[in-house]
Amino acid sequence: MANTLPSTGPRAVVPPGDEPDAPRGRLAEQRGTPGLKGTLAKIILLGAVDALAVFALFVLFMQESWLVFAIAALVTLIVNYIYLKPGALPAKYLAPGVFFLVIFQIFVVLYSGYIAFTNYGDGHNSTKEDATSAIISTSQFRVPDSPTFQLTVLERLGEYSFLVTDPDGEVSVGGAERPLEDASNAQTDSNGKAVGLEGYTALTFADLLANQSEIGALSVPLSDDPNSGALRTPDGSRAYLYASTLQYDEAADSFTNIETSEVYRDLGDGAFVASDGAELVPGWKINVGFENFARAFGEEDIRGPLLGVTLWTFAFAILSVASTFVLGLFLAIVFNDARMKGRKFYRIAIILPYAFPPFLSALVWLGLFNQDFGYINQVLLGGADIPWLNDPWLAKASVLIVNLWLGFPYMFLICTGALQSIPEELTEAATVDGARPWAVFRLIKFPLLLVSVAPLLISSFAFNFNNFNIVYMLTGGGPRNIEAGVDAGATDLLITLVYKVAFGSGTGRDYGLASAFAILIFIIVGLIAAYGFKRTRALEDLN
Amino acid sequence: MTTTISPRVDPPAPDATNATRPVPPRRRRGLGRWFGATGWRHAVGLAMVVFAAFPLLYVLSASLNPTGTLVGSNTLFRSIDFSNYVELFNRPQQPYAAWFLNTMVIGTVSAIGTVFLGALAAYAFSRMRFSGRRIGLLSLLLVQMFPQLLGVVAIFLLLSAISDVFPAIGLGTQAGLILVYLGGALGVNTYLMYGFFNTIPMSIDEAAKIDGASHAQIFFGIILRLVSPILAVVGLLSFVGSTSEFVIASIVLSDPSTQTLAVGLYQFVSQETSTNWTLFAAGAVLAAIPVMALFLYLQKYIVSGLTAGAVK
Repeated sequence: MANTLPSTGPRAVVPPGDEPDAPRGRLAEQRGTPGLKGTLAKIILLGAVDALAVFALFVLFMQESWLVFAIAALVTLIVNYIYLKPGALPAKYLAPGVFFLVIFQIFVVLYSGYIAFTNYGDGHNSTKEDATSAIISTSQFRVPDSPTFQLTVLERLGEYSFLVTDPDGEVSVGGAERPLEDASNAQTDSNGKAVGLEGYTALTFADLLANQSEIGALSVPLSDDPNSGALRTPDGSRAYLYASTLQYDEAADSFTNIETSEVYRDLGDGAFVASDGAELVPGWKINVGFENFARAFGEEDIRGPLLGVTLWTFAFAILSVASTFVLGLFLAIVFNDARMKGRKFYRIAIILPYAFPPFLSALVWLGLFNQDFGYINQVLLGGADIPWLNDPWLAKASVLIVNLWLGFPYMFLICTGALQSIPEELTEAATVDGARPWAVFRLIKFPLLLVSVAPLLISSFAFNFNNFNIVYMLTGGGPRNIEAGVDAGATDLLITLVYKVAFGSGTGRDYGLASAFAILIFIIVGLIAAYGFKRTRALEDLN
Repeated sequence: MTTTISPRVDPPAPDATNATRPVPPRRRRGLGRWFGATGWRHAVGLAMVVFAAFPLLYVLSASLNPTGTLVGSNTLFRSIDFSNYVELFNRPQQPYAAWFLNTMVIGTVSAIGTVFLGALAAYAFSRMRFSGRRIGLLSLLLVQMFPQLLGVVAIFLLLSAISDVFPAIGLGTQAGLILVYLGGALGVNTYLMYGFFNTIPMSIDEAAKIDGASHAQIFFGIILRLVSPILAVVGLLSFVGSTSEFVIASIVLSDPSTQTLAVGLYQFVSQETSTNWTLFAAGAVLAAIPVMALFLYLQKYIVSGLTAGAVK
């Protein structure tokens, strides 16, 4: 423990807010001598962080990712500066949270903005070099009448290699990205077939069987020239020469199909395209400018569904807030009466839905609403056949009902709190003056309550605007609109649409378009937030 | 509410049109009077209890039903049988025990991390005056309007890029997921804590400072203890939030043995709703118990935490 008294006497006590720019030196002075334990903890923590940072920098250096390397180095320096420099207390306390906030919240939003201007997605998720080599290796066929190579599959550090003996008895070794090179020092068996190499483990038959698909997909280039072909094996004991039907011409930057002599050129669309418009897959990632936005707003089969989804997102958020607030407020009023017995019991029972994990609630309701076997159709409605989740309008109603169930306890809690904080005198005064309960509520309590819960209603709106779980788990966004060019359904919110376009199983991944939708949400939520804060003056309360 | 009438006469209420109306007769007798006063409130209460609790009772009943299917679960509490709970732990394809453990670990670690990061930031905002403080608070208020899941595509691509440098926190790892969750640690939590920190008198800090305590000693030794109620609330909210989170967890964790309950149980039900139903119900009951227990235990704090922001 430090026991040095602050040398500055009474000045050590700085009331908050009196000098926004209090000299840092004085703050440092006040801290007294930091305890030994504290210093030790600080050194150890900072050392651990630096060790990790140096490791990351090393890996980045080896990968030659210079931009990321520079940023990481800068961040490391800043962190060390903050924690080693005396004073600068606020930065010391804010840095850890801000670090995560910047990377995983602010950066990802900006990065989404960037992706929205690319064609990133299935078939376009890498560089042009990667795409070129992928095209060469996927269009391979066995060269007719080519020699048979005797093969032993080797393994080192989790990577497979081919140890091949060609018909002339020459032995060489190579792997996926490593063209064949001479390996005359290999051990051979009595037939002259190479069976082992120092530093490698030869795979047994059982190993071959267990890793069949991986080994079958392996393609070992014959030489540095990609057009010379590659070795592949169908059975693990013999390898054959495979060549690509597509010949890559580096100078002209084009592929030529050697059978049809069709030429595929890079026309700037992120893929090699033939004169008839046929594309080679995969393509690669390029910047496409506003094309994703143009598609979203221009193409008839995306624009229509997108508009529908946007309107429903607004309707869902507004109706959810309204219905939960009305029910919650009503219950708060009903139970806000001291004469009533058992209020505690009701209160606990009512907040049960709020305590139940929300993703589970949606799944439980999924069973209740099931058209053929669900409790609601079978028991409550005596064997009815109502398509609760399969009819566009009923599905919307079902989602709202479930969200009412999930959300009213929260509104009940905040309305109860707000009601109880309204001074009793106001009610009494109004009553003395002859106001009836309804008038007291409508003209006095309700406006006061609204002032205090309005910011929470806006947050609740923003939350429901992106209420992914309930919609995705209950209906999956469906029933699907079959005319739409994207996987959009009657109950899809914008956020579920983003998820389905980006990671959906049916239509392939389109990160670019999904990010364009996400940016749209971002803009809408931003406008609402700006309007809401302006109206509720929430920002003015800050000091 | 108190029933004492204040003798003081306040300024007239805005609506005084009913001033001359006689007070309604008070002495109604018996059941009718009881119903008029509080009885109808109990009627409303009972209706709401049924609405609120029924789905929970239904899932509890289904979990105890050995028939296995959705249609067999429609008769409530027909039989009590724990075979579903046993079966849950004997499915190698759907490793429920692993999901449960993963969820608890991810939830606990990210809750602790969130509380810690949030408390550090709230302490700085509440106790220190520095340039950029107001801007910082405003930005936090704005940032919390934009949930992380908006950037889900970018998070996926960022993590797959991190995989090349730090496979231990890249795509498919729970550590990576926790780090992503920590990105949301500031924002609403800090704001909630900031309000609570402000209610702790500065004189406590000052007294400790005069006694020679360093800022870290004040923070860890004094302030954190005094604000423990809000730490509990934020911890719980963050625990519930990260255990229920589906979107990011579903894209980050692909191997069934690393997944969380939200991802696992969703796939469980979405693939074959009807046939897996009672098994799912058992899984849901077990998954809900820790969360609900914590929630009801901390109920009082949560309510005050929720209303702290709203009710001044």
